[in-house]
Amino acid sequence: MKHFNTPLLELKNIRRFFQEAILDDVSLTIYQGEILGIIGRSGAGKTTLIRCINGLDRIDSGKIFFDGKNITQLNDSDRQLIQRRIAMIFQHFNLLSSLRVIDNVALPLKFVGYPKKKRRQLSLEMLDLVGLSDKASYYPAQLSGGQKQRVGIARALASNPVILLSDEATSALDSETTQSILELLVGINQKTGLAIVLITHEMEVIRSIATRILVLEHGRIVEEGMVKDVFARPQSTTARSLLQLMIPALPTKISEKLNPYHGQEAIIELRISGAEARKPFLNNLQGETGVVARIIQGGIDIIQGESLGHFFLAISAIDKKKLEKAREWLANHSDKSEVLGYVQF
Amino acid sequence: MSNFELLCAIVPSAIIDTLWMTCASSFFAFLFGFPLGLLLYATSSGNLFQNNWINRPISAIVDSLRAIPFIILAATIMPITRIIIGKAIGNEAMIFVLSISAIPFYARIAELSFREVDRNLIDTVRAMGATRFQAIREVAIPETLSSLISGFTVTVITILAATAMAGFIGANGLGKLAISYGYQRYNLVVMTILIIILIILNNVIQWFGDRITKRIIFRCQGLQSSIKNLSKDRSNIFFEKN
Repeated sequence: MKHFNTPLLELKNIRRFFQEAILDDVSLTIYQGEILGIIGRSGAGKTTLIRCINGLDRIDSGKIFFDGKNITQLNDSDRQLIQRRIAMIFQHFNLLSSLRVIDNVALPLKFVGYPKKKRRQLSLEMLDLVGLSDKASYYPAQLSGGQKQRVGIARALASNPVILLSDEATSALDSETTQSILELLVGINQKTGLAIVLITHEMEVIRSIATRILVLEHGRIVEEGMVKDVFARPQSTTARSLLQLMIPALPTKISEKLNPYHGQEAIIELRISGAEARKPFLNNLQGETGVVARIIQGGIDIIQGESLGHFFLAISAIDKKKLEKAREWLANHSDKSEVLGYVQF
Repeated sequence: MSNFELLCAIVPSAIIDTLWMTCASSFFAFLFGFPLGLLLYATSSGNLFQNNWINRPISAIVDSLRAIPFIILAATIMPITRIIIGKAIGNEAMIFVLSISAIPFYARIAELSFREVDRNLIDTVRAMGATRFQAIREVAIPETLSSLISGFTVTVITILAATAMAGFIGANGLGKLAISYGYQRYNLVVMTILIIILIILNNVIQWFGDRITKRIIFRCQGLQSSIKNLSKDRSNIFFEKN
């Protein structure tokens, strides 16, 4: 696991008010080379946060540091120099329909004042990087959604940024295209060490490529951590509910019948990770304790290269001694095992 | 004099007068109306140069001028016309009056076009580090070009209609003929022919404007190349048949 510890952009206790607080005491750091996922429901303050990061919105209080320098009070023209280091891609691509693909990519370079020849050459390089050099003289309307987003990425990279903000950049794309765009982003991140901030409401996107995650709710950061930790053990209710569709849950048919005292079968929630998740643990359980367990729900997921297992097991509760033995074995071979209750079938 | 001889004698110079007034006034309408429309857009609230102190008074002046019917405006500003042009009647005086009435008209139309610009696009280039002027030059104007031009076509046609009215108050051209021969002498033949000429002029202007607009839209949608290919295909079929 790589560790990222050179801070690029730091937000300290920023607040933004309209009628009510949109961002309330938000502090976050974007490190060089990392892929940070920021997730929240609509209305959580994601858009405002991104507008504060890229300088389109002023903050009402707090401090912003870029590369160690306080940029909170900078005037427009100084701020622009920094904005050029922070590029952005958008849900609806935001390409200019009146310009050819290559001129769209060259646009940020035009603002910096590069000569025409240099702009062309750099733009072609960028289009090559995203695999669209053959579409340079097309107009955006002639491209598919995925291709448009690639142009958006090429345009963002043209100004040689250190941070790439992605505002729901894959939300308008189908899942296959999303995957190819995400792969492109990861490739660029690994090749150039560009920090990527993914703002999204899709857990799936964060799960596939992010290393670190922030959960935003009502303008506050309610949870922060490595993706694999948050996915394995979400602490906040927001994170839990956002993860609900991706994390196995006990079927309601069974959870309704659950009682804490007695029944034919015990229902056990089990979390395993790392080496344990790669072993045939049900077989081992039976071999070492003689207890047979049945999987009700669950599976193993690979997040950031680590196997994370989450299961709901049913074990016969008629022989209490055997059950106790099995519980002990499971507790020793897992991150967490808990008897949720008993079921009478 | 037969109607035919009469028409031959008076119509050609009248068409030239009408076109001259229309073109010159359209030129001034664009020259001043376009920047005025841009100013109205840019200074309106929520836009790049938001400024109520500029926007409100200009907006009020533009709307007031638009509220006055052309013929009344012409009579009202006669003293001003006399100072600036040197006389209050004739083609040049009418060009001045037509321009004064068309500038606010096109300013509003241009402003409406600019308002269609996607705010996100402006934000996008601002976030790239574009200055506000660059945002206008590189985004607002090119993105609205087709709508600015179709708005201009409407303006030119409105001016053409107004030149006919100007015939009442001392301008030459088709309008004056229509009034003196058609209205005052009730010569139905001359009147009909003049109306037909006006309709043709109108349609030519509209057709020309549409052509330019369509070309821009087609280009943006990348249809130009496919149309070219289509005609190429057709010519191939044609050649094969022969």
